Amino acid sequence: MTEPNDKSRRGFLGVAAVGAAGLGVAAIAPGFHLIEVSQAGAPGAGVSNKVRWGMLIDTTKCASDCNACVKACNTENGITETVKDPRQGSQWIRKLDLKDPKSGLTHSLPMLCQHCEHPPCVDVCPTGASMKRADGIVLVDRHTCIGCRYCMLACPYKARSFVHIPLTEQNPEVPRGQGCVESCTFCVQRVDKGQIPACVEACANAEHNAMLFGDLNDPNSEIAQRVAQVKTTQVRADLKLNVGVRYQGI
Amino acid sequence: MMIQQQTQTPDNPAFYPALAIGGLISAIGVAAAFYMEHMGHHVSGMNNQVFWGLPHVFGIFLIVAASGVLNVASIGSVFGKKAYKPRAPLSGLLAIVLLAAGLAIIMLDLGRADRVLIAATHVNLTSVFGWNMILYPVFFGLVGLYVWTLMDRSMNRYSKAAGVSAFIWRLVMTTGTGSIFGFIIARQAYQSAILAPMFIIMSFAWGLAIFLIVQETMYSRANMELHPQLRARMKNLLGVFVAAVFYFVVVYHLTNVYYAKQTEFVHFILVSGGIFPLLFWGGFVLMGTIVPLLLLYVPSFSETKGSVTAASFLVIAGGLFLLFVFIIGGQAYPLDMFPGMQVSSSFFDGKIDSYTPSLPEILLSLGGVGIAFTGTLLGVRVLRFMPQDDAAKLKSAGYLHD
Ligand code: SF4
Ligand code: SF4
Repeated sequence: MTEPNDKSRRGFLGVAAVGAAGLGVAAIAPGFHLIEVSQAGAPGAGVSNKVRWGMLIDTTKCASDCNACVKACNTENGITETVKDPRQGSQWIRKLDLKDPKSGLTHSLPMLCQHCEHPPCVDVCPTGASMKRADGIVLVDRHTCIGCRYCMLACPYKARSFVHIPLTEQNPEVPRGQGCVESCTFCVQRVDKGQIPACVEACANAEHNAMLFGDLNDPNSEIAQRVAQVKTTQVRADLKLNVGVRYQGI
Repeated sequence: MMIQQQTQTPDNPAFYPALAIGGLISAIGVAAAFYMEHMGHHVSGMNNQVFWGLPHVFGIFLIVAASGVLNVASIGSVFGKKAYKPRAPLSGLLAIVLLAAGLAIIMLDLGRADRVLIAATHVNLTSVFGWNMILYPVFFGLVGLYVWTLMDRSMNRYSKAAGVSAFIWRLVMTTGTGSIFGFIIARQAYQSAILAPMFIIMSFAWGLAIFLIVQETMYSRANMELHPQLRARMKNLLGVFVAAVFYFVVVYHLTNVYYAKQTEFVHFILVSGGIFPLLFWGGFVLMGTIVPLLLLYVPSFSETKGSVTAASFLVIAGGLFLLFVFIIGGQAYPLDMFPGMQVSSSFFDGKIDSYTPSLPEILLSLGGVGIAFTGTLLGVRVLRFMPQDDAAKLKSAGYLHD
C-alpha cells in the first residue's frame, strides 16, 4: 500500500527539486526540500520486493557489558543530543538484560525496531507517515509525521521514540526532527549503498559477531541459511507480525 | 400546542464576565500548547513510555461525552419521548461544542500541530485514527443539520430523519473512539473487544451529566425550575447509565483476568499500582459511582436541591479518573516482551513508569474545557437553545419565577 505512494512521492519530489533548482528558489525553502531530496534520492535505487532485509541476533555471543551497537547507532544516525530526563531521550537500539527468575539464566541482547512484515505502527498511523518499503524496511516519513504517537502505542517492542527537544547538528542523510516519532531504519542510507547497518558492523569490529544482516528471501544468503538451520525466535511470535529481526539462543 | 419561546435574558449581567473568563482559560490553554510545541514536549510530563498524558485524558473524555450528550436528542426524536424533544437543540449544540473542544486538545498536543492539514489530507484508512478523521467531520455536519431541522420550522419535517442519522453516526463514532484502544494488540490494557460497547455506555453517562449541569445552569439563570417529574426522569436515567458503566468496567477487568490471563496487569491497576488503584477505587468507584448513586436514589439526598447537579459533577470527575487510570495506567505498565523473564535496560524496560502532568499540559487540558464552556455560552446566547418546555405551563405550576 505504501510502495506506490512512496514512488510517486519520490517522483514528485524529483520534479519539484528540478523545478525549484531551475527557478533558483531552492534557497527560499531551505531545510524542507533539500532534506527531503537527500532522503528520497537514496532509497530510490533498487528497492525491490524480492528482497526482505532482516537481522539475526545470536544472544549467546552478545556480551552483557558491551554497548558497541548502541554507540555506533547513535553516531551513525546523529543521536547525540542530551535530554535531562533520560525517559525522554531517543533510543533506536538498546541493550536488554533478561533473567529467568526460576533458573537464574541470563541473556543480553540488543532490541530495536523488528521491521515487522505486518507492522502495527504502519496500520495505525493516521497519515501514512509510518510506512514499509518494498524490501521490508519500516520507516517514518519525517515530513508527514504529525507526532500523534499512536504508533508508539501500537508497537509491541517499545521500538519508537518521540523527539522531545529541538535538534541541532544532524546527519544530513538521516533527517530527524522535534515533535516527530522515529525508530531504527536498518541504516537505510547505508543499506541502499550496499553497506550493512552500523550496529552490525560495530558488533563485528568488537569481535562479538552477534549480529548478522542480510536478505531473508535469498536462499543463498548467510542469514537465510542460518535461519533454516538453527532454531530462531521471533519476539512475541504470538502476535504473528512476522518480524524481520530473529533471535537465537533465547 | 404553540410553545412560547423562552430565551436567555439578553441583558444577563453575568454573560460578559463569564465569556471573558471562558475566553481567557481557552486562550491560556492554546498558549500553553504553543509553548509546548515550541520548546518540545520535554516541558511536559510525558516521555517515551507514557507518551499520552493528561491532554489525551481530557480530549478523549470530551470526544466521548460529545457523542453521549446527543443522547438526550435521540431519546426525543428517535425514540419519540416527548419530554426530551424540547431539549434536542441544546443537546445538539453541546455535542458540537464538546467534540470541537476535545479535538482541539488532541490536535494542539500533536508533536507537529502545525501539520494538522496533513492529518486531514493524508488519511490512512487502515488506521482507526484515520477513520476518525472522517467520522468527526461527518458528525459535525449531521448534528449541525439536525439542529437546523429542529430550529427552523420549515425544516421540522426532516428532523426525524436527521436525528436518526446523527444517532447512528454517533454510535459509530464512539465505537471508533473505543477502537483507538481496542485495536492495540501490543498492550495488556487494551486488547479487549468490550472496549467499544464500554465507550458507548460511558458516553451516555458522561454526556448526560454534562447536559444536566448545563440545563440546570440555564434554568436557574432564567429563574426557572425544571418540572419535578422531568427532573426525576432525567436523574433516574443518569443513575442507570452510571450503574451500567460500572457494570462494564467490572466485566472489562474480569475478562482481562479470566480470558486474557492478564492477572498481573489487573493486579497492578486494582491493587499494587500506587496512584492507579487509588484513583480507580477512590476516584472512579467511590466518588464517581457510589456517591452519585446515593445522591440520585436515596430520597433524603435526591430530593434536596442541587443533588442532581452535584451527582453530575461527580460523574464527570469519576469519568476523568477512570480514563486517567485506563490511558496512563495502560502505558505505565511495561510491555511484556519476554513472558516469565525479568527484563531491564537503559530504556526502562520492565519498569513501571510514573507520570506527573506538567503545568502546560494542565493548562492545555483546562483550555479544552474553556473552549467547550465558551462555545456553549455563545451558542446559547445567539440562538434559542433554551429547552422549550411550555413556559406557560411551568409558570402556572409555579416553576417559572419572574
Ligand atoms: S517493531 Fe514496532 S516500530 Fe518496528 S515495524 Fe514493528 S511495530 Fe513498527
Ligand atoms: S507519530 Fe507520526 S509516524 Fe507515528 S502514528 Fe503518528 S503520524 Fe504516524
